[in-house]
Amino acid sequence: MYPTDLRYHKEHEWVRVEGNTATVGISEFAQAELGDVVYVDLPKVGTHFEQFAKFGEVESVKAVSDLFLPVAGEIVAANEKLAGSPELVNHDPYGEGWMVRVRMATPSQVNELMSAEEYERMLSEAH
Amino acid sequence: MPVALAYTALHDIHVRLRARMVPFAGWDMPVQYEGIIAEHRAVRSAWGIFDVSHMGRVYLTGAGASPLLDRLITSDIAGLSQGQARYGMMCVQNGGILDDVIVLRLHEDQFLLVCNASNRKAVLDWVRSHIPAFPSVEMIDRTAETVMVAAQGPRARQKIDSLLQGRLSLLKRYAGTETEWDGEDAVVTRTGYTGEDGFEIIVRSEVGSALWEQLMDLGAVPCGLGARDTLRLEAGLPLHGQEIDLATNPVEAGLGRFVKLDGADFIGKAALLETQRNGLAKKLVAFKAARGPVPRHGFPILHEGATVGHVTSGGFSPTLQITIGLGYVPPGLAEPGTRLLIDARGRLIEAEAVRLPFYKRPQS
Repeated sequence: MYPTDLRYHKEHEWVRVEGNTATVGISEFAQAELGDVVYVDLPKVGTHFEQFAKFGEVESVKAVSDLFLPVAGEIVAANEKLAGSPELVNHDPYGEGWMVRVRMATPSQVNELMSAEEYERMLSEAH
Repeated sequence: MPVALAYTALHDIHVRLRARMVPFAGWDMPVQYEGIIAEHRAVRSAWGIFDVSHMGRVYLTGAGASPLLDRLITSDIAGLSQGQARYGMMCVQNGGILDDVIVLRLHEDQFLLVCNASNRKAVLDWVRSHIPAFPSVEMIDRTAETVMVAAQGPRARQKIDSLLQGRLSLLKRYAGTETEWDGEDAVVTRTGYTGEDGFEIIVRSEVGSALWEQLMDLGAVPCGLGARDTLRLEAGLPLHGQEIDLATNPVEAGLGRFVKLDGADFIGKAALLETQRNGLAKKLVAFKAARGPVPRHGFPILHEGATVGHVTSGGFSPTLQITIGLGYVPPGLAEPGTRLLIDARGRLIEAEAVRLPFYKRPQS
């Protein structure tokens, strides 16, 4: 459900760190809450965002949700497969459903995010 | 103080099936089970079942029932033969639409009126207020004591036929009849809201769960309100509260074929005749766009840089894999081929007006 090699934001985004780059997507909980994703609005490569800034939107049949960037930096990649297959977010939220890759401005920001255990605890406390 | 939601007799089943429940028109209803798109595809390719017990089911009996309904509804009710059902609208004096309904003539002097859950009280009040003008009409609201299940999809006919042991092989589209299921009285109509072939089955509440379980045993996929909406949109069917309401009339909504303008008088007829004479203020437009941001109710529609109307319904079409939607624009701009822009929270969607329906089921 919540891979332990990832870090999590309270708004349900996850981060996978590889050196100075972070891959970002939304969690299993978020995709289940949203339902069938029909469109993902992602930023252009080269855009810079502050930590926790809104970087895009994810739309399901019934709802639209803002996406927040858990770590500040420059977008170096956006998942082009999501344009034709937004359902990848539902089917494989931690793999093929990844959304953006960020060159981190301040890598230590990752430490401010939750571990899988902390994120799971947050979810069980809220529901 | 929060008002408690009503439960249909199938509520426990939905919860047991782990449906996502949402409040709808005062009822706690399933919006999805497996997922909206999966359910949508099941109905288009096989068959699905919907709990539509929240919709109003009103029986009208007596010599005055036929003229009463004919007076209140835009389509020809008096001309219905026994076992025939018809779609129509209940309008108010100025032509605005109180509700869209289906009426089935069960017997010479008995009708079943099915209306939207959201308008049930308004419809009951409206009908009741007109009864005094007609001889001997008895109105009974049987919504709470019955369950209604819609079975929709290309496999529905064969499956319902086996459910009812061959009793329905002659039931044509828009026909309905009292029949028997498992020793129980049932009313079955060959109607639906999905653009597929299908049936709507009414039984008493106490045996509703048993009916649902039997349908599932026959392979029906449980479908919720989410799929109901995506299916009806593909079929180009209006939803009261979106395309039609008290501020729109049937002609604007493109539903003129359900209005007996050269038939008997009905409430709203004069206003609709005048609309025809003077021209429409707005017209329903159907549009398509590449898949992308979803056009939602209320989004502005632009033409040549100016806002000219608004979206009433929109969404991703699972069958056609594009964006589809409906809205109101000045009559000239509803012409198929017209290029329009839709303002989706700041992003502009390039759309093109098309002819309805978006999806038409393959005719066998």
